[in-house]
Amino acid sequence: MTAVAAREAAVEVVDLEATSLRELNQRLHDLAGSRGPAAWRVLNPNGAHAVACGIDAEVDVEVDGHVGYYCAGMNKRATVRIHGNAGPGVAENMMSGLVLVHGNASQSAGATGRGGLLVVRGDASSRCGISMKGIDIVVGGSVGHMSAFMAQTGRLVVCGDAGDALGDSIYEARLYVRGSVAGLGADCVEKELREEHRVELGELLLRAGIEASPKEFRRYGSARQLYNFKVDNAGAY
Amino acid sequence: MTAHPKPWGLRESYLFDRHVIAEIQRAAREGIYDVRGFGAKRRVPHFDDLLFLGASVSRYPLEGYRERCGTDVVLGTRFAKRPLELKIPVTIAGMSFGALSAPAKEALGRGATEVGTSTTTGDGGMTPEEREHSETLVYQLLPSRYGMNPDDLRRADAIEVVVGQGAKPGGGGMLLGHKISDRVAEMRDLPKGIDQRSASRHPDWTGPDDLEIKIQELREITDWEKPIFVKVGATRTYYDVQLAVKAGADVIVVDGMQGGTAATQDVFIEHVGIPTLPATRLAVDALQELGMHRRVQLVVSGGIRSGADVAKALALGADACSIGTAALIAMGDNSPELEEEYRKIGSAAGYYDDYQAGLDPAGISTQDDELAARFDAELGGRRIANFLRVLTLETQTLARACGKSHVHNLEPEDLVALTLEAAAMARVPLAGTDWIPGADGSR
Repeated sequence: MTAVAAREAAVEVVDLEATSLRELNQRLHDLAGSRGPAAWRVLNPNGAHAVACGIDAEVDVEVDGHVGYYCAGMNKRATVRIHGNAGPGVAENMMSGLVLVHGNASQSAGATGRGGLLVVRGDASSRCGISMKGIDIVVGGSVGHMSAFMAQTGRLVVCGDAGDALGDSIYEARLYVRGSVAGLGADCVEKELREEHRVELGELLLRAGIEASPKEFRRYGSARQLYNFKVDNAGAY
Repeated sequence: MTAHPKPWGLRESYLFDRHVIAEIQRAAREGIYDVRGFGAKRRVPHFDDLLFLGASVSRYPLEGYRERCGTDVVLGTRFAKRPLELKIPVTIAGMSFGALSAPAKEALGRGATEVGTSTTTGDGGMTPEEREHSETLVYQLLPSRYGMNPDDLRRADAIEVVVGQGAKPGGGGMLLGHKISDRVAEMRDLPKGIDQRSASRHPDWTGPDDLEIKIQELREITDWEKPIFVKVGATRTYYDVQLAVKAGADVIVVDGMQGGTAATQDVFIEHVGIPTLPATRLAVDALQELGMHRRVQLVVSGGIRSGADVAKALALGADACSIGTAALIAMGDNSPELEEEYRKIGSAAGYYDDYQAGLDPAGISTQDDELAARFDAELGGRRIANFLRVLTLETQTLARACGKSHVHNLEPEDLVALTLEAAAMARVPLAGTDWIPGADGSR
């Protein structure tokens, strides 16, 4: 093994009790333009905000503990695994890559995400997938109210239940829920779950590492009645 | 021609004038509120209601055209590694690609670059043309996050977190379906031809404590290089400015109710927010009280039309002004040369405000390829540069008259007010008196 290969194979450990968040993020950002460790482990995040945000590199980052707001925000290409709970806006505006939360996620998980896969093994709070623009989100547990609000494109899979006003003002995103839905938002309706949907659902669950049968899910999407303002729909606004 | 039977007996109602009557009739016919562009058209106290005192026996003027009067401004000195260094204290406000055509956005960049100032993206993301032709480009982070991505965030020279805008504080945006071209649709990740609503609240933060964390994230993603602006529509300006400072903003942008829009309900434009004049005073009060005046820079926008407006805003304590509507007019919007075409679409030069319709004969507020092709980006850029130069020269003229060697040396003491309202709002004396209504400290 060459020296460079050995360095890249080693796990770079960063303890946030000894290293500043700024230094961690700067080192991760520096990977975009140069070679460096391909595997990272972050210790003692202790709820810090903006951990591992803005990465643009094919690296694996393991975060041992709970994180605050915006962990892995705007992620590109990286795999970030959080061994704990995540605060609001985990993987917000993610472009690509994988973000995995082993615990629960607070509100606005995957907000405005444009690509990649966000997996929350536990529950996700309100506004999960709000304004999503192409991201795929798989939640092992349940999601809170107003999830997929104004969801544009991408797919949200909920293996548990969904809170009130699911998919309010939804555009073209596809929603799959296995459990109950407390209520659908404006212009969101249940749709037929056809074979092609079961196939894509199966693929998403497989990628997320969650065992569940696609047949148990129901599909929701836009009725497309509010796409252009009509006075007859004024009551829905 | 038959004479009217009561030529002097006709009396128009103040409450129900012809515009009000026409609007009631339109509403009854169409069943939907009026959506339009432009800014507030009602008269509100403005910088016109202030005057400069100029030099006198007790004040010494600078020699016009001979003695230097500086105009440079640096924005973002608080935390950012790379503050914006601008040659003039006037910038181009945020206007979206989508609302405006690509050539119009390019022209704004060309003009701003020619005179050494910045331009700003809008709700719809950053276009390559805009980036290429803008030496200094401010990238807006809006609730919709249309087109938002970390690459453009890093390509930007500054980031502006938009909490609100003067035309519609508390409101989201809308881009009507007929302006959604293939390119606009792609940039916004939405189907072509549908109305695009922009949320009024950010999707991942609520309140000032969250804003502080959001700003921290933006700084981390951009390695603390870019100045972070926070833009608010003028409402509870004193508190908004203090909270934005607390949240860590480098620059505060306060947009008064006269600020323009591409598409907003008329009732919103005319009835929400406060004018730019009192908002400027309140913002400066807030910064001074925190000891942050000049450390956190203040940019004022909303109805800035002339160097007089700029000079008065600076005298009240702003660091720079931003223009939007005036920039569109400088590029050819509402030009008398287009009178005939405005008539064809039910408007007239000097009145055109249907930016939402996408039928702009000037090729500015449209996504129609044929109309947009009429607009010459190079010529538009020259006009923007010319206009910005005039604003700067006028500002310098007034500053020199007050004996100032830099436009930032203008101060409230140089101003008086023509009306009681303006005196109270700007907190400068009513002309010919030493009376400042409300100067007892109540806000």
